[in-house]
Amino acid sequence: MALDKIGIAKRIAREVKDGMYINLGIGIPTLVANYIPDNINVELQSENGLLGMGPFPTEAEVDADLINAGKQTVTYLPGASIFSSAESFGMIRGQHVHLTILGAMEVSERGDIANWKIPGKMVKGMGGAMDLVASAENIIVAMQHRSRDGASKLLKECSLPITGLRCVKKIVTDLAVLEVLPEGGFKLLERAPGISVEEIREATEGKLVVEGEIPEIQI
Amino acid sequence: MINKVVSNADEALQDIQDGAVLMLGGFGLCGIPENSIAALLRKGVKGLTCISNNAGVDDFGIGLMLQTRQVKKMISSYVGENAEFERQLLSGELEVELIPQGTLAERIRAGGAGIPAFFTPAGVGTEVARGKETREFGGKTYLMESWLRADFALVKAWKGDTAGNLIYKGTARNFNPMMAAAGKITIAEVEELVPAGELDPNMIHTPGIYVQRIYQGQQYEKRIEQRTVRS
Repeated sequence: MALDKIGIAKRIAREVKDGMYINLGIGIPTLVANYIPDNINVELQSENGLLGMGPFPTEAEVDADLINAGKQTVTYLPGASIFSSAESFGMIRGQHVHLTILGAMEVSERGDIANWKIPGKMVKGMGGAMDLVASAENIIVAMQHRSRDGASKLLKECSLPITGLRCVKKIVTDLAVLEVLPEGGFKLLERAPGISVEEIREATEGKLVVEGEIPEIQI
Repeated sequence: MINKVVSNADEALQDIQDGAVLMLGGFGLCGIPENSIAALLRKGVKGLTCISNNAGVDDFGIGLMLQTRQVKKMISSYVGENAEFERQLLSGELEVELIPQGTLAERIRAGGAGIPAFFTPAGVGTEVARGKETREFGGKTYLMESWLRADFALVKAWKGDTAGNLIYKGTARNFNPMMAAAGKITIAEVEELVPAGELDPNMIHTPGIYVQRIYQGQQYEKRIEQRTVRS
């Protein structure tokens, strides 16, 4: 059975290591914070200028002057700090943030990512995505393996406007966990429970590399 | 001590002309100069270029200035919450330049700090890189980006003093400090204006040297875009 959004978030949470500073994108990546084990201490960075982001506030705690990069009201935890947008992207560009988790519309087998623009359709802007993908040492993409109309989102080449080149290291989809190989190709690491390698191959337009037995995702 | 205080937003903005290049602080609706935007609406100046991370929502923030067709060009990183913006853009009434958020922040910072250009990895290999100089440093490619400066920077702070020193609260800081430094004339509105000497110099975020005019803002609405609570 394919993973749901929570399943994807739970699997990505296992990639989080003690002591990491992490930037979480909007959507599934935001959910990851809910599944980080209690014995793992991390700090969440929000690129609008907050490090040490906490959970959503209670009704009584709501503060219009404290939001995350998705413009949602948030809280901060003990040890938090607040800074300007220039400082925030300085810490991103300077690679002080260890892990970036974000969504994508397409990823290529070389690790290119497209997630900001559909020509003729949506005019929104890239926000901080281009800065994040250009600088992060470790980028994990959370996405559906196929689009709503069934087309693969793991491609030889991205068809949509690029957000960044050769930057994605790992992808967690509803069907599989994959690593982007430096020489190109999606190396299949794990498959969703009950999903066969063949089903994953069929859903992957780019080069899929399968070596040996592929274990099921444990969440 | 130089006194920067003006009585209200209308007085502060009196010499903004049609076609001016403005910077407006804020991230979403958080930390936006509400009173200065209201004064721009009253004043009716047109043909403005607005440098701001976002373009407000349809009925608040810069969105209000789009409704009145006062904006000729927006320079932003993300404009997704504004249907009127999208309509004017698709119909060609409005020019827009979309810039990666970190590049936008740094271009403004560079403008205030007297650095005409810098190199960043953001946007390499994308449409943002078109026509821009690239250079390799340590085997990695970077894009050259130039500074941004403005005729007027409109910023909003939590507290300020008569000398123009500013302290921001929470994530309402965002783009405000860099914009304060990048405006030829910087106009700060504050929730609480106090006499010089009352703010602890150790706690100042924006030194008064960057601020030409400061006024006490009125009736802050501080609208929340995505009110999200836990039970």
